[in-house]
Amino acid sequence: MTPRGVLTGKHFLQGDLACAEGAIAAGCRFFGGYPITPSSEIAERLARRFPETGGIFVQMEDEIGSIAAVLGASAAGMRAMTATSGPGFSLMMENLGLAVMMEIPCVVVNVQRGSPSTGLPTLPGQSDIMQARWGSHGDYALIAYSPWSPQEMFDLTVHAFNMSDRYRVPVLLMADEVVGHMVERVIIPAEDQIQIWERKRPRSSPTETFKPFQADDPDLVPPMVHAGEGYRIHYTGLTHDERGYPDMSAETHHRLVTRLVEKINRNANHIIHTEHHRMDDARIAVLAYGSTARSARRAVNDARRAGIPAGFIRLVSLWPFPESQIKQIAEQVDAFIVAEMNLGQMSLELERHVRQPVVGVHHAGGVMMSPERILGVIQEVASRGNNHRS
Amino acid sequence: MATTIVADKHPLDEILRSDRMPHIWCPGCGIGIAMRCYAKAILDSDRPIDSHVVVSGIGCSGRVAGYMNIDSYHTTHGRGIPFAIGLKLANPNLTVTVFSGDGDLAAIGGNHLIHAARRNVDITVICTNNFNYGMTGGQMGPTTPFGAITSTSPYGSPELPFNLPYLLAAAGANFVSRWTTIHVRQVKQDILYAFNKSGFSFIEVLAPCPVGFGKYNSLDEGLDEMLLYKERCVVGEGLPLEDLGIDLREDQPIYIGHFIDRDLKPYQPTMLKASE
Repeated sequence: MTPRGVLTGKHFLQGDLACAEGAIAAGCRFFGGYPITPSSEIAERLARRFPETGGIFVQMEDEIGSIAAVLGASAAGMRAMTATSGPGFSLMMENLGLAVMMEIPCVVVNVQRGSPSTGLPTLPGQSDIMQARWGSHGDYALIAYSPWSPQEMFDLTVHAFNMSDRYRVPVLLMADEVVGHMVERVIIPAEDQIQIWERKRPRSSPTETFKPFQADDPDLVPPMVHAGEGYRIHYTGLTHDERGYPDMSAETHHRLVTRLVEKINRNANHIIHTEHHRMDDARIAVLAYGSTARSARRAVNDARRAGIPAGFIRLVSLWPFPESQIKQIAEQVDAFIVAEMNLGQMSLELERHVRQPVVGVHHAGGVMMSPERILGVIQEVASRGNNHRS
Repeated sequence: MATTIVADKHPLDEILRSDRMPHIWCPGCGIGIAMRCYAKAILDSDRPIDSHVVVSGIGCSGRVAGYMNIDSYHTTHGRGIPFAIGLKLANPNLTVTVFSGDGDLAAIGGNHLIHAARRNVDITVICTNNFNYGMTGGQMGPTTPFGAITSTSPYGSPELPFNLPYLLAAAGANFVSRWTTIHVRQVKQDILYAFNKSGFSFIEVLAPCPVGFGKYNSLDEGLDEMLLYKERCVVGEGLPLEDLGIDLREDQPIYIGHFIDRDLKPYQPTMLKASE
């Protein structure tokens, strides 16, 4: 183990544990959480690992307290995160909005299970995708990633911390029970190979005229002041001006909310990550994310073997939606297929960006989607396309 | 002819955001008095001003975070305490105080309140108790005395209120006291004491709310409620904690004083290696 506690080496590791190791490798030193299946292994691993790496593990009384404590720790300058599943994710929504408004970085892991309500605690789902985008009240933008393997549970956790600090915005890691509980090879790089992006910090010492929420840089991200640094800063969930003071005017409100959304939109190309496979000459694009993407990739390979020009697009990032990337793909394909473990959430989003038919392969959750099911839909769409052309 | 004398400097200028004045509180409100006690305690404390952090929830008392000229966090309704726990654990050099109201702390935030006391995290909570939700116009809350009239208990509150010192004592707080806004010295002294008291401290400050609560309950002016405190307050130290409940009917005493001062083990995160 290195001084920072990084478990460099090749491991055979469960996704949830890989996520916990990713947090340690990223320099996260605060976890506030509440047990919930299928994410509890993340808390358990950190409860064991943090005391030996200088981290603070605190088990809170509920998920509301968990995210509030995470925001407090981050406000004091620590990298901080929590992990949960659907019911706990719902409880975190109000304070997720607070994180957006106060621009306090944090990482929230949601190992999704079958939902709504208590649903299927031990079985997979991908039905919190729209909640991830719109779950808290008001207009806002944040970042969400979707790991498809234990390796990515590690890699994207590290990346999530970097992005969260970079843009001062909550980053959601939208895993699912399959990737959370799957055990696979996970390679943890040497400590000096793991990038850590520092938060943008004030360039001047405290002065009367310092405006902590003044975003002068083109990225629209103001430098972050931590508690105890002498700036006597005010953070509030109320609409505030550049000084951080509450201001109930419509102008200030519009200016603030627009900047909070625009700082993500403007940097979308830096945030968005998609993976393409066999897309060069594809006429049918199959979109998927998380564990379902594993089946979708297989289905696309099978379709190719059957002579169908299918291609595979994996959304590594879910939000912001890869609008321009998708518009480019729409130039070359006849149809889109979206495979996801819900009744049509990302397909709904895709529909508003393309003119082609969007065919959903949907299932409410509880079982990983089979490649055969997706292949069947690819074949159906391909034959429909042929009929149309003939 | 009378002349107006304008002071160049207020003794609390350094510690209050004068550019945020006037504040939002109504005439006769007691929150400002409690805030002044907190401000004085900070100035008198042996810790640098910049090591003090105040965290508030939502409501009239929640606005204190906006008026104190120190690092301040005005969070969501009821969640000031867990936010403060994160701050304190991440940076133990901070002196973290939660300043909020009875509804914020004992109703929507009640679960965090008892668990923070149980965990015995080293923070101070100042709870102004004005028996109602003032900011939303005077609705009943978890501390509204039985029978008191509010906008949502127009026939008198049918519920028994929390006896906050009893609750906090049972939950595990290391320091618990109750005063009113006529006891400004005691309030300031207790806040000062709580800064240095290890573990969870809870100071309840009864505060008039003539506009939200008083108008329905024959306490039309702030002064009326102050006089009520003066008439009815009895130092109740040594009494059984279950007798400390507040009852505004007839001539019931309001017990004030220090109720708990003990040294249960404060919360320490588990560490296997010396922290860096």
